[in-house]
Amino acid sequence: MESLLSLLIWLPIVGGISVLVIGNNRSDLARWVSVAVSIIVFALSLNLWAGFDTSTHVMQFVENTPWISQFNINYHIGIDGISMLLILLTTLSTFLVIVAGWEVIQNRAADYMAAFLIMEGLIIGVFSSLDAILFYVFWEASLIPMLLIVGIWGGQNRVYAAIKFFLYTFLGSVFMLVSLIYMYIQGGSFSLDVLNELPLSLTEQSWIFWAFFLAFAVKVPMFPVHTWLPDAHVQAPTGGSVILAAIMLKMGGYGFFRFSLPITPDASSEFAMVVIVLSLIAIVYIGFVALVQKDMKKLIAYSSISHMGFVTLGVFALFSVVKMGTDGQIYSIAGGSLEGVYLGLEGAMIQMISHGFISAALFLVVGVLYERLHSRDISSYGGVINSMPKFTGFAVLFALANAGLPGTSGFVGEFMVILGSLQANFWYAFFAAMILIVGAAYTLWMVKRVFWGPIVNSDVSTLSDINTREFFVLAVLAVAVLAVGVYPQPLIEVMHVSMVNLLEQALTTKLPVAL
Amino acid sequence: MENIYLTIVLAPLIGAIIVGLAGHRLGRTLSHSITILGVTVSTVLALYVFNHHVLQGAQVFNENIYTWMQIGGLNMSIGFLVDNLTSVMLLVVSFVSLMVHIYTIGYMQEDEGYTKFFSYISLFTFAMFMLVISNNFMQLFFGWEAVGLVSYLLIGFWHHKESAVEASLKAFLVNRVGDFGFLLGIAVLLMFFGTLDYVETFTLANQVNGQTIFGDISVITVICLLLFIGAMGKSAQVPLHVWLPGSMEGPTPISALIHAATMVTAGIFMVSRMSPIFELSDVALTVMMVIGAITAISMGLLGIVQNDIKRVVAYSTLSQLGYMTVALGVSAYSVAIFHLMTHAFFKALLFLAAGSVIVALHHEQDIRNMGALRKKMPITYITALIGTLALIGFPGFAGFYSKDMIIEAVHFSNLPFADWVYYVVVFGVFITAFYSLRMFFMVFHGESRLEQHKEEHVHETALSITVPLIVLAIPSVIIGYLTIEPMLFTGWLENSIYIDASAHGSLAALKEHFHSAFGLMLHAIVTVPFWMMVGGSLAAWVFTLYRTDWAKKIQERFHRTNYVLKSLYGFDRLNDIVFVNGSRKLGEFLWRISDMTIIDQFVVNGSARLMRFMGSVIRPVQTGYLYHYAFFMIIGLMLVLTWVLVVGENPLIQLGS
Repeated sequence: MESLLSLLIWLPIVGGISVLVIGNNRSDLARWVSVAVSIIVFALSLNLWAGFDTSTHVMQFVENTPWISQFNINYHIGIDGISMLLILLTTLSTFLVIVAGWEVIQNRAADYMAAFLIMEGLIIGVFSSLDAILFYVFWEASLIPMLLIVGIWGGQNRVYAAIKFFLYTFLGSVFMLVSLIYMYIQGGSFSLDVLNELPLSLTEQSWIFWAFFLAFAVKVPMFPVHTWLPDAHVQAPTGGSVILAAIMLKMGGYGFFRFSLPITPDASSEFAMVVIVLSLIAIVYIGFVALVQKDMKKLIAYSSISHMGFVTLGVFALFSVVKMGTDGQIYSIAGGSLEGVYLGLEGAMIQMISHGFISAALFLVVGVLYERLHSRDISSYGGVINSMPKFTGFAVLFALANAGLPGTSGFVGEFMVILGSLQANFWYAFFAAMILIVGAAYTLWMVKRVFWGPIVNSDVSTLSDINTREFFVLAVLAVAVLAVGVYPQPLIEVMHVSMVNLLEQALTTKLPVAL
Repeated sequence: MENIYLTIVLAPLIGAIIVGLAGHRLGRTLSHSITILGVTVSTVLALYVFNHHVLQGAQVFNENIYTWMQIGGLNMSIGFLVDNLTSVMLLVVSFVSLMVHIYTIGYMQEDEGYTKFFSYISLFTFAMFMLVISNNFMQLFFGWEAVGLVSYLLIGFWHHKESAVEASLKAFLVNRVGDFGFLLGIAVLLMFFGTLDYVETFTLANQVNGQTIFGDISVITVICLLLFIGAMGKSAQVPLHVWLPGSMEGPTPISALIHAATMVTAGIFMVSRMSPIFELSDVALTVMMVIGAITAISMGLLGIVQNDIKRVVAYSTLSQLGYMTVALGVSAYSVAIFHLMTHAFFKALLFLAAGSVIVALHHEQDIRNMGALRKKMPITYITALIGTLALIGFPGFAGFYSKDMIIEAVHFSNLPFADWVYYVVVFGVFITAFYSLRMFFMVFHGESRLEQHKEEHVHETALSITVPLIVLAIPSVIIGYLTIEPMLFTGWLENSIYIDASAHGSLAALKEHFHSAFGLMLHAIVTVPFWMMVGGSLAAWVFTLYRTDWAKKIQERFHRTNYVLKSLYGFDRLNDIVFVNGSRKLGEFLWRISDMTIIDQFVVNGSARLMRFMGSVIRPVQTGYLYHYAFFMIIGLMLVLTWVLVVGENPLIQLGS
């Protein structure tokens, strides 16, 4: 399994191209090929976990060959505990999306499946690149299939949504490219190993930090650059929303882990406060905005923004908990402990995984309803439990997970980040914990209006319960949500050593030590 | 032993899962048999554990079952702490749960959701076990929220009823307000103690005592107050009590199990469990005592003006929870647990008796439409009488001992305001007797006010309903007499509860004055609470049976007071205006003004318009198709990339260096 990672990147891309070749006229064959490819990729990705050494932070499954040698750009890939989990999330989600889109997508079915497969490969590329240019190419390229998915299979206002999506993300990442090139000129390499060690002054770091920040904050998305997300979600087909929420947002969070903290540690520390405030605004403000949404997809989209606030909060709170002394020892700033820092960092990571499951599930839930009644308005529904009891069981489970109920994955990340951020400042935790009330309010209020109560109209009474395929997809996610909730330790085990290393990098100053 | 504990906890869970997933295929009989079997296993084993720990004095069991999460030196586990307190709780919970399971066979007979209901109540039993058996705060929080979840599902069980669904949402959210405080409390505790394990926490308590947060506020006080906010939510203390009356929308068996006997007492249990921490903060203790007293009296008063049979019992529960909280406040933790236990039996009994009446009258709940049922429903009548006597504290009955001890404990307390609280809890006895007997007389005595066609069909309910009533009636009479001495004075709870006797001497003083359970009963006749009870009972008799028109006259004479009571002090209206509508307006404002106008219209679309303006220059290229945008994006990127790389010496980039 020497080139397992490459296989994971290129197999879906090649598979996707084959599906394109099969064409829309033979859509059944295209579907079967797609699902076969996605299953194989998922199965292969499990080998990453099986063969993963949890005792080291050194990159594993590394491949490194020159690509554009005159600029010292290499095809350099490898994973640590952080990227491995996100790759698994990607392969699982893609498989589920392809199954979920089975008969739902009739228009250009082969193209649809192909887009998701190709996107899968590109996103795995993002999560495994150890060369900044390679990362950047995958990063930008993965936008294209998503843009097409929204643009071709989207709703009525898809062009506006797609352009908005494009504008935001493209503007965000252009600055990242500029700063990468700047660092190349300084250090002569795009390799992350080199960039991580590259000495940079605080001014340089600040510019780079904000350039990165723009790219990643748009993706997460953070307040105030979040307004593309609700529009994109509303217009995207179900599968698009699932991948967007489950994986593409995580690219932003991943960027903070992989780039911002190690490359610009001093600037990260300098501006941590800004990031934290924006995260808290996202959690509380967006929570209230979610409360008044009338469109289910919008509500879930806003809820996503609010929940992703925990990721950035968990990461950047560390700078108010501990600092590194000139002797290389780590000291507590305000009585917090190292455990508090790890609670934040690893909580952020768990929150990403968990949000991947839950938001995917919620968008699938809305998709199931949309297919039947062609409405996303909460007011079109009411009393769905009467005609779709099995489906309601799943929907309520995922809603409760979204509300952070212990025993589900939604609890784990939030719990950890709240415990961790309190060690930075009581008020961080105070505002973050408001999601307990507000998050439950918007989620369960929607559940109440859609699922409980008497049947509101004749359409609802004719709804048919989920079929086996839909049941399967939701059941897989339900198992995942519960498994992480009941036993998160395996995830922690996989990422802990990588986080220890990351913390070391984030706390080690790149500035000349003052005497 | 570990396997026994595990079996107690898991048996109901397994039953719940089997019936939950396959209930419709198993059928009714098999479904209720499976869940009842599960709870029976738990009950039998809980008896064994009770004997093992409490009677035989076995070693405290404190072990982790599995590691939920290990981060650096911080261990979060699922683990069991079984001492005498846990043993008592396990027994109370499993016993009441078993009775409620059996009762449900009769009560839910005609309900479509029969099997689902059994699955839920078994799931609840599991969650409650997890809560009381926990050895750490993480699992406590799990159990804490899990019981809240099942409560939510069960209040809204009749999902076609708008009012039920509304009440379930309200219950969940109000509980979440409490949990918000609770979680912050746990977080502060973790920061200063560095562990979530109970025993480790308790041993560190003295070390942390004296540390401060927010300037000069004691950390222990902050932790205790935050944890107590959680208890206020779960145990429905003013002002977080508003969800409990609404929870009566759920089927009656769960009102008995969840909203009287077990879940609502979780807060009381939690504070008792944390006694080594709470003992260190007089501020927190005083706050608890005062809030408990306010709850006890204000909710009791509301019980007087209610006409829904379940709501009267619900307000009575609120009032009794207030009494328990008062006991916690005066450091009489074991007395609180004692009252928790007696209350669990007699209040479950009262609820189930009320349910029996409701079933017999085909879901009539208004006591103004009842009356003279004592001949038609003799078993329900006798058992309800026993429950009522226990509740009002008639000498010898279970509630007499526990309530009397609370009042006496307040009497001996030297906390600030304790003398005021003493008057409140004594007067509360009058109120309790008044509303309890008012309801009792209106339901079972006097003239029948039933509609003619109902009158003819009323008869005693099925065996599955009356048997649990009889079984619960037994402890409602004797449990106080039997257990007061070992539970309060001779050490049943000594290995679980810590009292700083030098500072908080109530319990020690109680012990000094206590001679025997029998003596206490005889002595009752010369005490003020006894005459309060008699007075309340007489008043109830006068207003409901002797001079029925007086009630109306008094209501008219004191119409303002009546209005305040009828509108439940305005808590609901306040919450509606401030929190419900306030949040919606805030959300609407943020969304429309900030998100849609400032960010989107002004910034984003502003730049889009700028783009379009620039775009118009290259109009011919613009085809409006997205693919083309996508390709332009890639091509553009490649151009930028190549340009920058080839013209590596570009001055723009040299700026920084």
